[in-house]
Amino acid sequence: MVPLSFDGRQWMATREGALFDPVSRTLVVADLHLEKASWYAALGQMLPPYDSFATLSALTYLVDRLDPRALWCLGDNFHDGGGPARLPRHARDLIETLAARLTFNWIVGNHDPALSDAFGGTVHAEGRLEGAALRHIARRDVAGPELSGHFHPKLRLTLRGRRVSRPCFVRAGEKLILPAFGSLTGGMDAFDPAIAVAAGRVSEALIVTDRRLVCFPNAVTEMI
Amino acid sequence: MLAAAQAGEHALLVAATGAGKTLAGFLPSLIELSQAEPTAGLHTLYISPLKALAVDVQRNLLTPIEEMRLPIRVEARSGDTPADRKARQKSNPPQILNTTPESLSLLLSHPDSLTMFTGLKTVIVDEIHAFASGKRGDLLSLSLARLQRIAPDLRRVGLSATIADPDAYRAWLAPYGDIDSVRLVPGEAGAAPDIAILLPSEENGVVHVPWSGHSGSYAAAPVMRLIEANRTTLVFCNTRSLAELIFQQLWKENEGNLPIGIHHGSLSREARRKVEAAMARGALRGLVATASLDLGVDWGDVDLVVQMGAPKGSSRLLQRIGRANHRLDEASKALVVPGNRFEYLEARAALDAVEAGERDPDDFHPGALDVLAQHVMACACAAPFSEGAMLDEIRSATPYSAIDTELFGRVLGFIRDGGYALKAYDRFRRLAPDGTDADGSPVWRVSHPRFVTQHRMNAGIIVDAPLLDVRFKNGRKLGTVEEFFASTLSAGDTFFFSGLSLEVISIKDTDLLVRATSRNARIPTYVGARMAMSTNLATRVRNFLCDKAEWPRFPDEVREWLEAQDRRSVLPQPGQLLVETFPRDGRHYMVAYPFEGWNAHQSLGMLLTKRMEARGLQPLGFQASDYALVCYGLEPVEDPASLFSADILADEFVEWVEGSSLLKRAFREVAVIGGLVERHHPGRRKSGKQVTFSTDLIYDVLRKYEPDHLLMKAAWADARRRLTDVGRLGDLLDRAADTMLHVTLDRLSPLAVPALIMIGRESVARGASDDALLEEAETIIREAMQAG
Repeated sequence: MVPLSFDGRQWMATREGALFDPVSRTLVVADLHLEKASWYAALGQMLPPYDSFATLSALTYLVDRLDPRALWCLGDNFHDGGGPARLPRHARDLIETLAARLTFNWIVGNHDPALSDAFGGTVHAEGRLEGAALRHIARRDVAGPELSGHFHPKLRLTLRGRRVSRPCFVRAGEKLILPAFGSLTGGMDAFDPAIAVAAGRVSEALIVTDRRLVCFPNAVTEMI
Repeated sequence: MLAAAQAGEHALLVAATGAGKTLAGFLPSLIELSQAEPTAGLHTLYISPLKALAVDVQRNLLTPIEEMRLPIRVEARSGDTPADRKARQKSNPPQILNTTPESLSLLLSHPDSLTMFTGLKTVIVDEIHAFASGKRGDLLSLSLARLQRIAPDLRRVGLSATIADPDAYRAWLAPYGDIDSVRLVPGEAGAAPDIAILLPSEENGVVHVPWSGHSGSYAAAPVMRLIEANRTTLVFCNTRSLAELIFQQLWKENEGNLPIGIHHGSLSREARRKVEAAMARGALRGLVATASLDLGVDWGDVDLVVQMGAPKGSSRLLQRIGRANHRLDEASKALVVPGNRFEYLEARAALDAVEAGERDPDDFHPGALDVLAQHVMACACAAPFSEGAMLDEIRSATPYSAIDTELFGRVLGFIRDGGYALKAYDRFRRLAPDGTDADGSPVWRVSHPRFVTQHRMNAGIIVDAPLLDVRFKNGRKLGTVEEFFASTLSAGDTFFFSGLSLEVISIKDTDLLVRATSRNARIPTYVGARMAMSTNLATRVRNFLCDKAEWPRFPDEVREWLEAQDRRSVLPQPGQLLVETFPRDGRHYMVAYPFEGWNAHQSLGMLLTKRMEARGLQPLGFQASDYALVCYGLEPVEDPASLFSADILADEFVEWVEGSSLLKRAFREVAVIGGLVERHHPGRRKSGKQVTFSTDLIYDVLRKYEPDHLLMKAAWADARRRLTDVGRLGDLLDRAADTMLHVTLDRLSPLAVPALIMIGRESVARGASDDALLEEAETIIREAMQAG
């Protein structure tokens, strides 16, 4: 876990792609996409049925380590509306245990607009954390600090002949986009025009290494 | 062949190129068809590894059939055949159908294949040596088992170039591996080929056999003179990037502006067809090519074959030479251009092997499980099947003879619902129970027609690396490059492709947009395993080193090089593993000479440097070639024998392969072939409907929660065999303990020079973690920004 400064404050960013606010003891993650594998299985591609368990185990591990008071999931919690019904027992147990331990807040996303609070926790359209708006998709038309998900940003670089590809945060002015936390979630280039349109033209991709946060400003990195 | 046919026996015809094998294969069928009452229905199925060959053979057969006025219809079937003709071929089949292994497998997924093949008498497998031991061979072997079940009296005929071990091919061809049921028919020997090695001479202007390199590009001028002096010349290169380089070099020497072309697997299909058509017309004087032309239709006019760089194997060399002068009574003419001094020895070894009639051994292996899953699904698409009968049928295919009930059960489970320990997908399963057969064995059927469509859309054995289209701004496509190469390019970079120097404008989605430029350019590199020198050539090269009686045959500078090595260090005996250690420029070098090929050396380099790191020897990198491996670091290696111990293949090997991209690459292939994920269909990507996901992520989840899954087993089998060449690596390490000859030198040895020169040209960062690279890159960017 390494410090990440945003909105004039120090946050902590984890290698798994979560953001932690040490002041309010709040953990924020985005895009879990639970039951993505079974969504594909229904269409004949039998992906391993362990993705929800893997994602929620990683989340539980972080909660064990950081002991947050509250948790926010920034939308696309499930890959589709039928996801909650398909969630295997052992994965559901993990959610229920988490919801009993802390204030569990779900924000709905474009993949799960009709999410219910059947597993515990509270469902919101948007949220607020220490002055920052929490929503699924970044909104350029709304000023002020904002945390969001949706884009699954990832930085791909070729360094000394090796291809390195990592989920990353994208920081653009008052906006911070979180990487996807789900185990089966792919990624979009951190400097994709779609992200620039939503968050702003000048941005940096932030990657957590074991030692620190490394920052790649888009203007320079695109020339590597 | 006729005797075998009359006796109703399966047959394997082994003969040199140009001996008229294909016609000999068809002769019994033509005679039967001409004598009998004209029967309706399919009589003979001809299978070739190449679409173009299937079409060409159809054309060649039509001539004698028309001359003899035989009432026989011959048709070809491949992915390019129009749908209406395909439909007609099923309802009213020709007597002879020419096709490929993939098209046959697709045919067998249709319910009417059961009636279509009932009367089939003969199946002919052409160029069997070219693919029997790979995954396409596995697929065909299963299809043959299926055909035999549909038509029990079916006779199998294999046609092969000269091979090292005909019995291995007889076993592959035979039902239940019964070698005796396949008659071996030796063909006439062809005229011995006339092969030479290009050596320095005043006449050709070449001064040296170079110290290093693989391309032979130093010989561009004399090769161009040969192209001028012959009617048509084929110039073979070992990789696509070398082909691009050689083409550039030849073009610079092409003062007469002769028409010369280039052909390799990354060029667009249209570009390749255009070049092939030009060759067929006799419009080209020279063609630079890669393995993409190892097989192919005959071009009568080719009178010279040039092999740039080492031949890598005697069979491969003969195959390539066979592309010239497809006539039995005339010697084919060929020239080998060694890239460096070791490659000279390899070329010499190849010529000796050809003369001695020695061929490269073939590496037959148990059939791939991903291919088996694809085949069983194809059968299920055609009709419900009984578990017991299917297992027996599969075991009759020699590569799958060892499949037991338990493993077959896992394959079925995989097809049904992914085969996971966690039974989450019962509702979604693709196979549904359908009662039992007469023996009480369970019967399965496909649960929904959409899975049939899905299978046919995704079947096939060849899985391309992720590719980008190379296009001009006007949309014209020049071909494809691997995403890996494209990821190393930025706007303004230049590279050679399709014989042109191109400048990158931008990379958009799956397109690499370019414009032509006159600026100097680099050559695209294509990743993947390399073709390694065969074991029989390696043995011969080892013998050359110590057998001084051979040396007078070598050119002066090669001989002087070996003599200097003899004085300054040691020349190892064939059974010995020479390891030299010496300091140079503040670094310490360790050079080993195992002669086990690039892939095995590359794997060994990874493992050794990891061990050196653990022991505090501070390794900086390594460089592998077909002959030698160089490791270098800040501390001297004093006890190499302990580094080379065989236990490195246990935990350290597994750990390395699991952590490297090798297993992920293998997993991607088996996941597509096995039908776990759908192929990326280029047309559908644009529509946005196809959501793609990375098989790397699936691999990570599976590795954590079900590391023994069937596909992990299949991926490991591929990684061991093809990507790391662990078989040869194991041989090497087994003998290392007893045979290592460690020499400590005060400076580098003559034998080490070729390997040392390549350092820096090809080596990539090793040892450093992704984290370290990212941090370094950020620091560089920061410095650059501050300076500005």
